[in-house]
Amino acid sequence: MLLYSIGKDSSVLLRLAQKAFHPAKPPFPLLHVDTTYKFKEMPEFRDRTCAELGVRLIVHTSRGAREDGVNPFRLGSWKCCAILKTQALLDAMREGSFDAAIGGARRDEEKSRAKERVFSFRDANGQWDPRHQRPELWNLFNGRIEKGESVRVFPLSNWTELDVWRYIEAEQIPVVPLYFAKKREMLVRGNLLIPMEHDVPRLPGEQPETVMCRMRTLGCTYCTGAIRSTASSVSEIIDELPGLRRSERENRLIDHDQEGSMESKKREGYF
Amino acid sequence: MTEPDVLRFTAVGSVDDGKSTLIGRLLYDCDGVYDDQLESVRKVSPAGLDLAFITDGLQAEREQGITIDVAYRYFGTSKRRFIIADTPGHEQYTRNMATGASTADLALILIDARKGVLPQTKRHACISWLLGIRRFAVVINKMDLVEYRRQEFDLIRQDFCGFAQRLSGCELEFFPVSALAGDNVVRRSERMPWFDGDALLSYLENVPIDGSPRMAAFRFPVQHVIRSDPDFRAYAGQIASGRVRPGDEVMVLPSRLVTRIRSIGAFRADLDHAFSPMSVALRLEGHVDLGRGDMLADPEQPPFLARRLRVTVVWMAETPLRLNQPYLVKHAGQRVCAEVCRLVSRLDVETLQEHDAATLCLNEIGDVELESHRPLIADPYCQNRTTGSLILIDPASNQTVGAGMIASAEEPAAPPLPAGGGRGLTVWFTGLSSSGKSTLSRAVYERLWAMGYKVELLDGDALRQHLCRDLGFSKQDRDENIRRIGFVAELLTRNGVIAVAAAISPYREIRDEIRQRIGNFVEVYANAPLAVCEERDTKGLYKKARAGQIPGFTGISDPYEPPLRPEVECNTDRESLAESVEKVMRIVQSRLSA
Repeated sequence: MLLYSIGKDSSVLLRLAQKAFHPAKPPFPLLHVDTTYKFKEMPEFRDRTCAELGVRLIVHTSRGAREDGVNPFRLGSWKCCAILKTQALLDAMREGSFDAAIGGARRDEEKSRAKERVFSFRDANGQWDPRHQRPELWNLFNGRIEKGESVRVFPLSNWTELDVWRYIEAEQIPVVPLYFAKKREMLVRGNLLIPMEHDVPRLPGEQPETVMCRMRTLGCTYCTGAIRSTASSVSEIIDELPGLRRSERENRLIDHDQEGSMESKKREGYF
Repeated sequence: MTEPDVLRFTAVGSVDDGKSTLIGRLLYDCDGVYDDQLESVRKVSPAGLDLAFITDGLQAEREQGITIDVAYRYFGTSKRRFIIADTPGHEQYTRNMATGASTADLALILIDARKGVLPQTKRHACISWLLGIRRFAVVINKMDLVEYRRQEFDLIRQDFCGFAQRLSGCELEFFPVSALAGDNVVRRSERMPWFDGDALLSYLENVPIDGSPRMAAFRFPVQHVIRSDPDFRAYAGQIASGRVRPGDEVMVLPSRLVTRIRSIGAFRADLDHAFSPMSVALRLEGHVDLGRGDMLADPEQPPFLARRLRVTVVWMAETPLRLNQPYLVKHAGQRVCAEVCRLVSRLDVETLQEHDAATLCLNEIGDVELESHRPLIADPYCQNRTTGSLILIDPASNQTVGAGMIASAEEPAAPPLPAGGGRGLTVWFTGLSSSGKSTLSRAVYERLWAMGYKVELLDGDALRQHLCRDLGFSKQDRDENIRRIGFVAELLTRNGVIAVAAAISPYREIRDEIRQRIGNFVEVYANAPLAVCEERDTKGLYKKARAGQIPGFTGISDPYEPPLRPEVECNTDRESLAESVEKVMRIVQSRLSA
């Protein structure tokens, strides 16, 4: 199964899968773990893409959790993410009896991801143990597992953000328009630009401002900030990237809940 | 898209040589670190900005202050992009060092100017060399702590050169550096006017990237067979080395048939040529049948096809290497069973001297003789890193326990010729569909092969796609099918080969006819009750037969006539595969030594 998050890395991954099996279709389905807090453009883009390419799509939402009123405003981003994403992904893996999940994570995104293998073993509970990873030499990957265990496979491990955009340009891969700069209504909190979606609670007296901006990464609306930018095409983004002084995931609130937090989430089964 | 120029290098050294600081320095001075990452590093550094913390990412490390695993880092300049594998210095993690070196073009070796060449420095250089690295940047670090004196630098250089003479074909460059202060890392330092070389970074930007496998002999391990409709068949994979054009002759391995490339498929259009490391879908002329693990190669310079190999192994598991025990070998596109049948020697990785040893323990390196159950299609590692490398997997724990670099193919001991002037033998497996004939015959075949006999497997299903593809399933056609298989078995037997044939062969009369013609004939009855076979239904044929989609299906709508006096009867529903194989082998061996 290929984990499809609708973002730019997933779009590249999907293209690679298409190419690998062309002229046949990829022999595995796409899985989207939908927290329902995504930008509304995202599911539209997802459904259109999958229909055009003729690939099978599974959308998994953790319904029980939704009914219990799990939302980032009440629980905070850490717990919300644990239930809506991490747990939902593990449930979907179990439900579909999937033994491998192919994902678009890259080692340059975040420091704990720098140590992830290309074939990353998960035990029967979906847990990652960074101290006991299988050695990985050359391009010889060990995918042997027992029933209930699984592997996460990261073909883009050695790609950088710039590589991804250059490939999107070369291959003319469609991406969600949220990546391109335009004037948007935003709540401005210090360096953070928070999109006005899903009734995000405002601070007293806070008013949205119109800001020329774009999304550098796409997650849930509350946890994904925008960056100020005028790059409105793929080639403008490629020109913009080398000059950026802030890292790609900086405006992902969840990565910074506590120092080293991505590693804790990964141990629990987050992608 | 033009392939961006990428240099992959590994950084190795002993504990506290300052590797992480050096990498941090390279990244920091090349603007490879974002402001928010620096803020995060400042927050956890005990005193100000500690560059080492940029690479020592994991929480656990922050407690211990040492790197625990291979960390990959990416940065670039206007000239080139770099991928660094930061591998740890302390001894018990040698396996990680080998991991980092396996994909590197160059090794950056750190030496503390105050300590000089240590046993571990030699160990790391040797491992890098064994993994095929021939270019070394020797960085003599902490020059600030020896007051930037030339004397220390010269002594260490001399010492290292003396030792490196044993590493044949190496190119060495030396750099006096202070990673902490930034001397000679990205910019040339004025504090060492006696040094007339470049700064480390400009060397890394300009050093040629060797081993571009485009010029080597063509190798294409098949990863996947694409069949998008019944008439379309293409072989997908990555070109491991060399280049290819439509019309080129290629050898198909293991069969050694030679055919031609019909077309090179890619996503948008067919290509007029392709080269390593491109991934393509190749179509071939004529009727050839390949699967995953097979290989296409240059017929002028074919790889070797061998079951017995001399391999240099880096042992990576807590449990020592066991001789004559099953391991799984992953090599190119295939996974096969193999045993280490002899430990030739253990290498002292500080001196590269060979010693006798009983086994290999964690982080030890040695030369072994490996025997695989099926032949590997391989090249020596020094000629081809892709077709020359393999990993060993423990079938019980699924752990990767060893990494191997193939040195050469070992000729098997001369095959014991069957007595009676090289007379052959036919071993004929008969039984219902799904009774276990194919599994059993393959196991017997592999066993005989492992013993060095000339042996051929004739599988009824496979032959129906080639030799007998014109035949149907009427009584007449079935008899003709068996006659043809019998004819091939007879030719083989007459020429001293052991023919292992597996076919339902439902009719007694035709089986006896074959027996008469061949003479030295062993009939094996794979006997499992119909209900069991139907339950197994390995090919889904019973279901179709019951649904009336296959007329005249043996056991359902056509009779099966069991042998009256088979030499061996295997009750595959009650015996283990090993038990059945033993039974067959007893009779076969008594016939061969008769």
